[in-house]
Amino acid sequence: MSQTAALNTGETGKFDFLAKDYHAPNGTLLGFWLYLMSDCLIFAALFATYGVLSQSYAGGPTGGDVFDLPLVALNTAFLLFSSITYGFAMLQMQQKKLAGTMIWLAITGLLGLSFLAVELYEFYHMIHIGAGPQRSAFLSSFFTLVGTHGLHVTFGIIWLCTLLVQLSKHGLIAANRRRLFCLSMFWHFLDVIWIGVFTVVYLMGSMT
Amino acid sequence: MSEHEHHDHHEDEGPHASFSGYMIGFMASVVLTAIPFWLVMGDVFASPGATALVILGFAAVQILVHMIYFLHMNFHSEGGWNMLSLLFTAVLLFITLFGSLWVMYHMNVNMMPGMM
Repeated sequence: MSQTAALNTGETGKFDFLAKDYHAPNGTLLGFWLYLMSDCLIFAALFATYGVLSQSYAGGPTGGDVFDLPLVALNTAFLLFSSITYGFAMLQMQQKKLAGTMIWLAITGLLGLSFLAVELYEFYHMIHIGAGPQRSAFLSSFFTLVGTHGLHVTFGIIWLCTLLVQLSKHGLIAANRRRLFCLSMFWHFLDVIWIGVFTVVYLMGSMT
Repeated sequence: MSEHEHHDHHEDEGPHASFSGYMIGFMASVVLTAIPFWLVMGDVFASPGATALVILGFAAVQILVHMIYFLHMNFHSEGGWNMLSLLFTAVLLFITLFGSLWVMYHMNVNMMPGMM
């Protein structure tokens, strides 16, 4: 009993669940966060693979030969701007402004599409000059890691378009607000992964 | 009636975001992205090793900035379970990344000379 009393004072630590029982009002956001954490582990495995194989050129091109940093900087800017525009969509949602939410969501989607277009151009260009995924272990791991991130962005855009349709049909109902929160976490999470990609793959790779 | 509205507001789950929070996060991210690109594209440091360490540091700080200002992470959201699962993931991330690099590096170093 005395232990319980000590716990209830909240002196045991910073985590709320140490001090009191927690019952999620709706488990969706926590569940989606747990999905993102498991997704993070997929990327951890892909980053580890890339880290191990990043020097295995098999006589082929190195990162310095094939990476176009101005293009990567442009892509990074697209993703960063799409993060802040999604933030603006969330602020509009908080003020219960449907039109504003949808406009900022659409701008976010366009920035995401621009990112994908540049990335596909980069992939096409690399495969065209003979630096495709089958050329070396370095390029295989590069295409797997960056391609998986691009695939996530693709699904994020599909989700975003679906949400736009749902918003136009039903407005800012509780279910749609929950979906907007989930996509917000997904979208910002992809930007966090991209920080690792442009730093470890492109910037460090182009110094070789 | 006001009590009912108050109740409604609490049902509106998710973190409360602010314009200034997003702008601080965005400005910090722009700076933390621009400096690493400048360091690499401008060949600022003579040693690639030093450049790599510095840009990895910038990436770590920027990830923290995104976590706090964009993903609204704190010790209280979802009763602390968000942060606990994040810390657990960070431990697994560390083991996966550094464990793989460490083990595979030594495998390479200890390969039989004839096979190299």
